[in-house]
Amino acid sequence: MEIVNVLMKRRSEFNRLRGFVDSDFKKLVDMSPDQSTSEQPIHKDQSVQAGQEMSEHETNTVGLEFISHGMNHVEGGWPKDIDHENMEQTIRFRKKAGKNEAYISSILQLGSVMELCIRQNNAIDKYEQYFEDEEEEEENHNAPYAKTMNVLRDPHQVKRTVTSLSWSPDRGRKLAAAYSSVVFQQTSQLSTDSYIWDVEKPSIPEMVLKPPSPLVCLEYNPRVSYTLMGGCYNGQVAYWDTRRGCQTVAYSSVEHSHKDPVYKVIWLQSKTGTDAFSASTDGQVLWWDVRKLSEPTERLILDLSKEGNLGRALGGISLEFEITMPTKFMVGTEEGLIISCNRKAKTPAEKIVCTYDGHRGSVYAVQRNPFLPKNFLTVGDWCARIWSEDIKESSIINTKNGVSELMDACWSPVRPSVFFTVKMNGVLDIWDILFNQSDPTLSVKVCDGGLYSIRVEENGRLVACGSEKGEATLLEISSGLSVPQKNEKSLVAAMFERETKREKILMGRQREIRLKERCRSEQSREEEVVREDGEESPQELLARAEKDFYSMVEVELKRRRKGKDLIQEQVVCEDKQT
Amino acid sequence: MADVEETLKRIQSQKGVQGVIIVNSEGIPIKTTLDNTSTVQYAGLIQQLVLMARSTVRELDPQNDLTFLRVRSKKNEIMIAPGEGRPGTKVRASPQKC
Repeated sequence: MEIVNVLMKRRSEFNRLRGFVDSDFKKLVDMSPDQSTSEQPIHKDQSVQAGQEMSEHETNTVGLEFISHGMNHVEGGWPKDIDHENMEQTIRFRKKAGKNEAYISSILQLGSVMELCIRQNNAIDKYEQYFEDEEEEEENHNAPYAKTMNVLRDPHQVKRTVTSLSWSPDRGRKLAAAYSSVVFQQTSQLSTDSYIWDVEKPSIPEMVLKPPSPLVCLEYNPRVSYTLMGGCYNGQVAYWDTRRGCQTVAYSSVEHSHKDPVYKVIWLQSKTGTDAFSASTDGQVLWWDVRKLSEPTERLILDLSKEGNLGRALGGISLEFEITMPTKFMVGTEEGLIISCNRKAKTPAEKIVCTYDGHRGSVYAVQRNPFLPKNFLTVGDWCARIWSEDIKESSIINTKNGVSELMDACWSPVRPSVFFTVKMNGVLDIWDILFNQSDPTLSVKVCDGGLYSIRVEENGRLVACGSEKGEATLLEISSGLSVPQKNEKSLVAAMFERETKREKILMGRQREIRLKERCRSEQSREEEVVREDGEESPQELLARAEKDFYSMVEVELKRRRKGKDLIQEQVVCEDKQT
Repeated sequence: MADVEETLKRIQSQKGVQGVIIVNSEGIPIKTTLDNTSTVQYAGLIQQLVLMARSTVRELDPQNDLTFLRVRSKKNEIMIAPGEGRPGTKVRASPQKC
């Protein structure tokens, strides 16, 4: 049945404005249910909203087990009736095969092919190895790169900064990371755990270390690969043995430890392998024997006036100790000075040997060049400086000031001219001073936050850097930066010597100038003594002041002119010398 | 028969040739100048190689066929000439050094 409703309209009324009017409803169509269909209902045992029933199964293919073993080749191919052990039968078979027509023709043909190749072989040895004696020179013209291998993240919710990293001495398979908060007084909710990670397994740490308070620094013992020493935020020092588990084996007593966070701990070379020393911003450097951590074995207060006054001591932030020079060590302080100390001095006053006026801020890292121990690298404020031990006034090489503060640095253990620095803007810089002194050879942005610590592994290829968000990133350096080049050590040594000489000359020049000034000021003092006998009126004073001023200006001008001549003379002398 | 012998003798007399083996399509060495154990070893091992090489060449281009196979190693070189049906002759040669 079609339901049709016809509407009729005059053409002239098209497109006129509609005027809608209310009206009563009209029933157009009424369709009532068909009674016949209700006599045969179809039951569906299902509510309308239900969906199809489905079931889920999981299957996994059966793992196949492979065993590889050799197979014994038994002579095969013989036709069934011939027993291949039987010599007679085989010989007879062979003879029969030899008489086959096809056999003869193919042999003749193949024989000629074979002869050709043999003759070729005998004529020239095609595959000769040329230049066997020369070594393969790997010319890396590729740009240096640093690839991120793995990121080890702090498993806790509240991320803590990775303040210190240490590679395990057994070829760097493990990395120990110390986590703490550098923000003042935030430690209440943070967990105190620090971790040892296995480099291959970035998802969970291999071992958890539980110190009494968060660790600020952590070091593996380079001799005994399963012991670690850590410095805590509350000033205690703790000692672990990884064979014994995650609790500290021993930690120092609170009364005798540092009063401020222990910023650096270094193991010493000793026969027993149990000595270490630590530095902290409370101004002390303490020596410990791990067998008896209740008290430090020795104490040094970083007071420059050599009185042992703790109140005037400088806070130590970084330590440096080189195994080849066991009696000397260096401390980088919060105030920007680097103090070089002698461990074997008899009195505490003599322990502090000299200071280097380093940076405008804390000296975050001090490290000697592993190949040329007379030179060391320091970072602090916005630049990195390289120093020579002999020159105390200034560094021999500075990098220019960067955009953000440098937080940590280390030399590459395989290449004498390469060092790594990390900055607060998350950038890792790799410097090669033989290649380029003004800019880093490679700059890699590792993460968004600041990078707080860096450590290079012994083979020079893997670098671990720790960020403030609790991530320790492992990077692999290209071989160009991790393989030592020829003559590198001598070139770097020559460069350092050259810079040292330059600084010495500059210093000598300055000393001369100062000496002259002193002489002149002594002379003018004598004159003054003579003149001060009578009383002077203000005008006379003024006149005298003017006269003095003009005479000083003239002297200065004369000196400058002489200075220029002297410098020229010196340059000439230098040229003559070299 | 005589030609066959002559051919073999000629090959054998070339410089650097250590031995010659003739193998039929079933892998049975028919004629050889090496000792039995080595012959059997060679025959068994190389047959598979030849079959694989031939099928590779044929698959890449059905019109193509394997003409010669050289296996050069540090100490010596094995040269294989495959015949139709029978894998053919194998020669063991030592490479020259100038």
